[in-house]
Amino acid sequence: MEIREIKALLTLMREYELVELEIDDKKKGKVRLVRAGAGGPVASTVVASPVAGSATPVIARHVRAPAAKDHGRAAPPELADNQRLITSPMVGTFYRASSPDAAPFVEDGDSVRKGQTLCIIEAMKMMNEIEAEVAGRVVKVLCENAQPVEYGQPLVIIEVG
Amino acid sequence: MTMFKKLLVANRGTIAIRIIRACRELGVSTIAVYSTADRDALHVRMADESVCIGPPAAEDSYLSLPSIMSAVLTYGADAVHPGYGFLSENGDFAEACRRSGVNFVGPRARHIRLMGDKPRARRIMVRAGVPVLPGSEGTGVTELRDAEADAKRLGFPVLIKAAAGGGGKGMRIARDAAELAKLFPLARAESEAAFGSRTMYLEKYLEEARHVEFQILADNNRNAIHLGERDCSLQRRHQKVLEEAPCPVMTPRLREKMGKAAVRAAQVVGYSNVGTVEFLLAPTGEFYFIEMNTRIQVEHGVTEMVTGIDLVKESIRIAAGGPLGLKQRQIQFSGAAIECRVYAEDPVTNLPSPGVVSSHHPPGGLGVRIETALYDGYRVPVHYDPLIAKVIVHAENRALAIKRAEAALHEYLIDGIKTNIPLHLRILADVEFGAGRFSTNFLKRYEARREPVAPLSLAKAS
Repeated sequence: MEIREIKALLTLMREYELVELEIDDKKKGKVRLVRAGAGGPVASTVVASPVAGSATPVIARHVRAPAAKDHGRAAPPELADNQRLITSPMVGTFYRASSPDAAPFVEDGDSVRKGQTLCIIEAMKMMNEIEAEVAGRVVKVLCENAQPVEYGQPLVIIEVG
Repeated sequence: MTMFKKLLVANRGTIAIRIIRACRELGVSTIAVYSTADRDALHVRMADESVCIGPPAAEDSYLSLPSIMSAVLTYGADAVHPGYGFLSENGDFAEACRRSGVNFVGPRARHIRLMGDKPRARRIMVRAGVPVLPGSEGTGVTELRDAEADAKRLGFPVLIKAAAGGGGKGMRIARDAAELAKLFPLARAESEAAFGSRTMYLEKYLEEARHVEFQILADNNRNAIHLGERDCSLQRRHQKVLEEAPCPVMTPRLREKMGKAAVRAAQVVGYSNVGTVEFLLAPTGEFYFIEMNTRIQVEHGVTEMVTGIDLVKESIRIAAGGPLGLKQRQIQFSGAAIECRVYAEDPVTNLPSPGVVSSHHPPGGLGVRIETALYDGYRVPVHYDPLIAKVIVHAENRALAIKRAEAALHEYLIDGIKTNIPLHLRILADVEFGAGRFSTNFLKRYEARREPVAPLSLAKAS
């Protein structure tokens, strides 16, 4: 790898606040990128077919650029057309169950009715039940139990149907 | 005294940044709160942590007590700094913090409430021997006929003020009975909208007075000193535009007299933390208590420049239980300082000018201090106060400070939006201002004799 290419990669890392970057070239395949504070890879993809040109644009194409000011904030999840994102209406603590011993309100893959409780946000000792806005299936619960959440933070993805 | 570990800054813009900087020097980690309109704001990027607390409307974010308290408790802050504006003078906020075992950087809830009730504060000052202007007695007036009776007793002109007032809202000057009949209901409606209160009070209006305020610093053990005065006479619609320290007509004797009255005003109620006692200073040298602001002020910087004391750091130290540590005689004043408030507004029409700041290049040099939340590409949101920067200069004397302010403002580049920098340049070049001859009416007369200077200065400044 040439100095010029390494420099380009460093620029890329700085630009997207990456703390890890793995390239397994072997004809321009495989890439792993990890952004600071995001708690996981922003994009991790295997480039199936080699693409002509330098490595940089290939990688860049698979990175979702976080807003420059998103220090540590996770990018909003990408949704399919039939998926809805439930976001937190307030700042507070996220709970998956009504008490520490109780079973979670919902698990990934569960079917939910419209109005069914998905989770609780505790704000100033008040337990606020967050309900499903639509009937469907829980694709993913995005927060950990007892995690602080901010206003507008994605909580649950629901597939309508 | 144990210094705080994590302080939540319950504000935005320049003051949030000012507080974050003070915390860095004190080794306190910071949490910024922000509305969805401020996602890209500088205070969010500068703080150690940040929490989105609601949508753009201030009532649902920066003014939402439940949202902010939830952020304080959820994110584990042990102290809160309210800054100025928003919830800074809300007694319920200070009390909610105390009940949750969180330190509020400011006075106690009862002092905020007491000074927020203007007729009550007046009564206490009268008892403490602090001079007040002749005005409505008792708890204030809500009906026009009572206001008319007060006006008759006081003699016109009178100033109509909101009992719960602040920031010039609900404030009108009535020069005769007809004006009073017209303006009283208007001011009352404004007060009701802004503060949820129909209670007003009247004060004798002084024509050529200066607005001179004293900075107070007090600890939790009733030790209080003053850090001298600021002249904030240059106001437009009761909003301060340019402030300076010292006041150009101040003498050491008058300062001692007014300073003592200010300290007495704070001590009589057992006030703690930073505060400002506002006076009207008549051309005769008589002075009258207007009100006490129970928070850090926008213009605190000019006092910091002439005294060398970091007021924000002091306020945090005192809130953490620290002693005052300064004696009145240790306070020395050096040179002159001027602050120009840069607003995002059209210099000709005075209308707000929000938008994207395509390019931002602040001035610099010896004695030039810029407090701003701007950066290249920043979008000034429409939802909040248009104050976008403070240009604070300090020099050996007033004449040099004026020159320095002019030079700094000419250097200041803010592209993409309009600012009131041309207005500041007109003020700084004004002969009367240069001679220190002005009162709270200065800018009013100024607008009346509109000269074609504005567009020229505009081209030069931006």
